[in-house]
Amino acid sequence: MEVSKLPAYLAARLVKAAIVVLAIVICNFFLIHAAPGDPASIIAGQSGAADAKFLEQLRAQFGLDQPLYVQLWLYLKGVLTLDLGFSHRQQMPVSTLLWERLPATLLLTGSAFVFALVVGVSMGALAAKRVGTWWDSIITVLALVFYATPLFWVGLMLVLLFSVALEWLPSFGMASVGVELSGFQAALDVGRHLILPGLTLGLFYVAVYARLTRATMLEVADQDFVRTARAKGVPEGRIQRRHVLRNALLPIITFAGIQAGQVIGGSILVETVFAWPGIGRLAFDALLARDYQVLMGVFFCTSVMVVIFNLLTDLLYAIVDPRVEMAG
Amino acid sequence: MGLSRRGLLAGAAAAPLLMRVDDALAQGIQPKRGGTLNSIVNPEPPILHVGVNNQAPTLIVGGKIFQGLLRYSSKLEPLPELAKSWEISPDGLEYTFHLQENVKFHDGQPMTAEDVVFSIMKFHMEVSPRARGVFSRIKEGVAVDRNTAKFVLSAPFEPFLLMFDVTVSAIVPKHHFEGQDYRQAPVVQKPIGTGPFRFVEWQRGNFIRLERFDGYWKPNQPYLDAIIYRVIPDSQSRRLALESGQVQLTQSNDIEPFDVPQMRARPNLEVQTTGWEYFGPLMWLELNHRVKPLDDVRVRKALAHAVNRDFIAQRLWFGIGKPATGPVASSTRFHDATARMPSFDVNAAKKLLDEAGLKPNGQGVRFTIRHLSLPYGEVFTRLGEFLRQSLRQVGVDLQLESVDVGTWAQRTANWEFDTTINYLYQYGDPTLGVERSYVSTNIKKILFSNVSGYANPKVDELFTQARDAAEPAKRQEYFTAVQKILVEDVPLVWLLEMAFPTIHEKRLHNVITSGAGVHASFDDVFLA
Repeated sequence: MEVSKLPAYLAARLVKAAIVVLAIVICNFFLIHAAPGDPASIIAGQSGAADAKFLEQLRAQFGLDQPLYVQLWLYLKGVLTLDLGFSHRQQMPVSTLLWERLPATLLLTGSAFVFALVVGVSMGALAAKRVGTWWDSIITVLALVFYATPLFWVGLMLVLLFSVALEWLPSFGMASVGVELSGFQAALDVGRHLILPGLTLGLFYVAVYARLTRATMLEVADQDFVRTARAKGVPEGRIQRRHVLRNALLPIITFAGIQAGQVIGGSILVETVFAWPGIGRLAFDALLARDYQVLMGVFFCTSVMVVIFNLLTDLLYAIVDPRVEMAG
Repeated sequence: MGLSRRGLLAGAAAAPLLMRVDDALAQGIQPKRGGTLNSIVNPEPPILHVGVNNQAPTLIVGGKIFQGLLRYSSKLEPLPELAKSWEISPDGLEYTFHLQENVKFHDGQPMTAEDVVFSIMKFHMEVSPRARGVFSRIKEGVAVDRNTAKFVLSAPFEPFLLMFDVTVSAIVPKHHFEGQDYRQAPVVQKPIGTGPFRFVEWQRGNFIRLERFDGYWKPNQPYLDAIIYRVIPDSQSRRLALESGQVQLTQSNDIEPFDVPQMRARPNLEVQTTGWEYFGPLMWLELNHRVKPLDDVRVRKALAHAVNRDFIAQRLWFGIGKPATGPVASSTRFHDATARMPSFDVNAAKKLLDEAGLKPNGQGVRFTIRHLSLPYGEVFTRLGEFLRQSLRQVGVDLQLESVDVGTWAQRTANWEFDTTINYLYQYGDPTLGVERSYVSTNIKKILFSNVSGYANPKVDELFTQARDAAEPAKRQEYFTAVQKILVEDVPLVWLLEMAFPTIHEKRLHNVITSGAGVHASFDDVFLA
């Protein structure tokens, strides 16, 4: 890749990205408003009593009495100035709600991401190297099981084993509440809470990476340049690392890029089962309550992240594989 | 002057007796100071201030932070709370409340009659549709002196005294609201009340933490140091949290009914289903009378005959709650046990449908209706399936439609359903919680109005008479008559007098001591 091309390439990509994000925002807006029900009627439903004045007050307060195009215009104006709006349902700015949940989400998805990548790629590489042995069989079967089992079920089973039967780990939440803990102990406490949800979320991706790594490594291992390297006497470990694994990385990077894009969105299932206070649940609750502003805020952030990680993935391709050309 | 009126007047005098009942509930165990109670809040409310938000979870948590003037026994007798005594003028128009001395808000300011008048006349009138419906009958509310508040009604309203529970009209600090938009005042995010526990922290999606209020007006109370409500959205995770001892108390919908038998079997847990008498939730099959053939009374009667309500109570709700018998729940005042809806009788149902001219076709189907499932959890899905089977036996094809809460709320409010499930609180008195579902003046495109579209001038008239009558005996007459008409007209198919399981560790005492159960202040709850 020629370094001189980079700024122009980046600029072109960023313009495209901005257009994509804007289109997503508009689509989301109409999609969300197309769903039947509105926040006011839901609050009325949850309160067990309502009258016309109550609904009118709520709709006026939420800005729902304005025509749809006015609401869209107001929202777009906000987004362009990075103002994600205000959740009238919760009486809080959307950005505050998102920031509150972001650390928990990043901690969970980030550790699951790293865990999955490290363990998955190692398992896959091991299986590929020992292809046909019982190592390979065990890893393949494990990967298949992790891949095929529903997340929430894995989560509940882990809780039954480690929280209920063995009483080693807490089954829900992110930290112990109501006890004063010093810095290190507090970190340890969060760590103990993180193990089960992290594992649950990570196992699926472990399986994905293991299977992907194994398959592509086996494919690459048959190629001429590997045979050549072996013929010229390169040590086996070096062949696996430098020639096979590195060439097998592209699909893994692709998938890691996709997963990284979802890191900020959290995981609704795992966050629900483990009562983890992350963004996935915020979005899900907002969806059920038709809390439009919050939902659009979450969508906006995740779409921006996906776009950014797509860009990063493309750049990474070029670094890992010099044959990949950058073209706007 | 009837007996009940004197009963109301004697409210304050009866109180010591009932307190001894509370003590007895503690089974002779001395209250102990200290300890943190972990419980669950589900679903997590968007706002924690009672009045501004009136979802059940807000009222349960808010019941610890705030207090009302009165609380109610399981028989709906008023008991002193922030009002230590009260008087009603002989004409039933003037209600005078004498307040407890030395009551402070959590910010240290004293609570006075000014706050009481503000809360009733301004705050709840503005934010709460339910309170507005009744308090708009108050002609005048005045603070007579620092510790006396008086409300003058424009006409007698016998159920008025039922309106002072914390879940309806909590006393809020006037100095934090006056001159502001009540819904957006800063104090809404950090509620300040007079209750035994003060709001400390709410990490959204995670937990709500309340701590003992040292300035609480009852000496040496509350006993607990703190109450923590954890947010656990998944029902199986909630069950595991209870089983593993990470929480010591669950309430309302936290534990699914089908998990309750296993909880009953655990030696360290106690399951109670009392403490909902003040609310009297009644569940029914809502019928849209605009949809043929549901406008035909014979068809509605047949549907009522076709459903085995005992099965619903015993096999779907596992004995939590009891089969409904009519429009007024048995815990609600003026319930008439002789007015009974059609009993479970499949043959009678078939006969009625034949009479209505609805003959079965080749597949044995007489007609098809679409049923909107109530999206409030797994048990309601099972209920939908049970209803489909029951009605299929008499030749009615019920097609289930699954929707989310928002869709259900909108479609039910807009009459876009054939049948659906609904349950409404009766708030102890038919005027407060029953009338709204049957009178034609309340046929509106609003949830919890008369969305079925049932109209009967006689019913309208009787409900109005019962509402305006000053004497309980007279009201009973009208309510008995209206119940008799309703069980004949079957505007809805009543299914279940609901209750919700309160499950707690046995070392937690005094959990249910009133008709409002877990909504109480918990100032007498202790861990031993």
